[in-house]
Amino acid sequence: MNVLKIATAGSVDDGKSTLIGRILYDTKSLTEDKLQAIEEKSKQRGFDYLDFSLATDGLVAEREQGITIDVAHIYFSTPKTSFIIADTPGHIEYTRNMVTGASNSQVSIILVDARNGVVEQTYRHFFINNLLRVKDVVIAINKMDLANYSEEKFNQIKGEIEYLSEKSGYENQSLTFIPLSALHGDNVVKASKKMDWYKGESLLKYLENLNTEKNESPSQARFPIQTVIRPKTDNFHDYRGYAGKLYGGDLAVGDEVTILPSATKSTIKNIHFFNNEFQVAKKGSSISITLQDNVNISRGDMIVKTGEEPNVVKQLEATICWMDKLPLQTSEKYYIKHGVNDAQVKITNISSLIETDFSGKKEAPKQLSLNEIGEVSLKVSKPLFIDSYQENKANGVFILINPKTNNTVGVGFIK
Amino acid sequence: MSTRTIKVGALESEAIYIIREVVAQFEKPVLLFSGGKDSITLVRLAQKAFYPAKIPFPLLHIDTGHNFPETIEFRDRLAKELGVELIVRNVQDNIDAGKVKEEKGKYASRNMLQTETLLDAIEEFGFDACIGGARRDEEKARAKERIFSVRDDFGQWDEKNQRPELFDMLNGRIDLGQNIRVFPISNWTELDVWSYIQQENIEIPSIYFAHKRATFLRDGLIWSANDDVVYRDDKEEVHERMVRFRTVGDMSCTAAVLSDAIDINTVVDEIRESSISERGARIDDKRSEAAMEKRKQQGYF
Repeated sequence: MNVLKIATAGSVDDGKSTLIGRILYDTKSLTEDKLQAIEEKSKQRGFDYLDFSLATDGLVAEREQGITIDVAHIYFSTPKTSFIIADTPGHIEYTRNMVTGASNSQVSIILVDARNGVVEQTYRHFFINNLLRVKDVVIAINKMDLANYSEEKFNQIKGEIEYLSEKSGYENQSLTFIPLSALHGDNVVKASKKMDWYKGESLLKYLENLNTEKNESPSQARFPIQTVIRPKTDNFHDYRGYAGKLYGGDLAVGDEVTILPSATKSTIKNIHFFNNEFQVAKKGSSISITLQDNVNISRGDMIVKTGEEPNVVKQLEATICWMDKLPLQTSEKYYIKHGVNDAQVKITNISSLIETDFSGKKEAPKQLSLNEIGEVSLKVSKPLFIDSYQENKANGVFILINPKTNNTVGVGFIK
Repeated sequence: MSTRTIKVGALESEAIYIIREVVAQFEKPVLLFSGGKDSITLVRLAQKAFYPAKIPFPLLHIDTGHNFPETIEFRDRLAKELGVELIVRNVQDNIDAGKVKEEKGKYASRNMLQTETLLDAIEEFGFDACIGGARRDEEKARAKERIFSVRDDFGQWDEKNQRPELFDMLNGRIDLGQNIRVFPISNWTELDVWSYIQQENIEIPSIYFAHKRATFLRDGLIWSANDDVVYRDDKEEVHERMVRFRTVGDMSCTAAVLSDAIDINTVVDEIRESSISERGARIDDKRSEAAMEKRKQQGYF
């Protein structure tokens, strides 16, 4: 079955929880016992309607304060597709959660309240989707019931977002605008009878029919080695399988390959998945491969097709989203994790702080604080095999780890 | 030579990637094995991750002494077939030693007591990573859980201070005394697990399939009539019913469902049509709305 990972962000006021609740309800994904629990709690709190946020806000603190603090994951499926929603709060203090949610998603839904139009949170969510180069973005214009199902209102908001889109540097984004009422179920799962001027699909239809793979721009195969499999049994005496997950492109038996960092050359002998052999492995597959030659390969090394080598560098430029209470400073040392490759890193320069509302940059800030995004230069203790994020998503990102706390403190998108 | 093409499914590929990261990043991993369908699925994924080598870590079972006998028999056979070391630690030992107090009465369960035994085993063997079969769709506090979840030496989960997990990158750096819980099938649903068991033709304990069993009713749920383990009032009459179990927790806290699903195909059909969630039959979650979150803070798995 297809799996589609979706990121949503926005506040309760946008009707996000109602939308998710509506999707779950209309696809019959809310089981009776869960629905019953929501009914009871809603009644107990004196609400006139079912509060679907009770289904998604899993922590005590969240239910007490009526807010979403962390990324929540919601699962539902139709006969065609399994859906995973990463639901995040849209306030500025949760920028890092929005980045985290979007990093694990193939498509984003940005909710806009038809009455209020584009607001600060819309800008921020849109900005993050551009930074992470989420290709397929749905602008769900909600609460159309409170805006007289007005086509004019819909077009006005659509125009504002399209204007914003022109200002952003990401050209290949595919925007889809859907007018809906989550409360009444218009255009969520079923097509609306109240907006016959809208000729497009309902939200769920759109998501079901979306082919994110077809829309991806082509990139080169990257096979970072996680671990080397050496059974040391009689049947597999000299077996050396290089295990990892294949990113960016496909690999086939017979491909001429280069191993980094040694730049040794060899040829792919076998492709294994469990107890089967294959001729071709498609990207996204966790496989293991063997090579014609006996080469010295260990964790963190990378196998690529000869002639398609990434950049091997010790200095790089990146856009960083900072995720820790202790600010990013040039005096500190961090660990960098680029895929499965680890090194130490120094931030040599912070050249700018980028405003998430498209209003521009501040030059040469002293530091980057929690939830801030900025451009930096880095110097690494050993060579990394990198692509720009634009060219190869999986090989164009890294995380930073504070060696004193072991916390993941930032994520970087390589230029 | 074959001309076939392999495209590993997204969830399976992700799980194998995670299990390989555990082995690469940690000194002493262990797989927490309950004999249930989720941990059986994990075992198959671990086999796939390292084939043709054996699974490079032991299985650990925290036995409450109240497990279904079918599960225990299955557990022992599977470990033998795989040639993997099976470690069993018993909750009964802690009860006998007076380290923990057993609950009494109508809703008594040894479920909570597992935590103490698990933490003892982690310390005894020095495990730094415990791989488990919990899924985010099971329960809403679990929906917030990370794939690599850091625990201190009291096993505590600090839910407000979790590390962000970006793209595929898993940060397994921990301090001495800390350990990590790993959930490779976080993103699977109950139906995903059942479909995988069907697709892979994986053997599972017989209690997952419909069978005749002596049972009694309480609070609208069906319980095993096993008076040594499950408390029963005299008024609660025993009847034979055609039932199966959707989870294999303790007999004392796992209710059965009426079912005619006698094999994997009919079970998958039944799950597809089901309108009750899997943990709807787990009394331990019904104690309060925050039951799971509280248990997790105390080191529950």
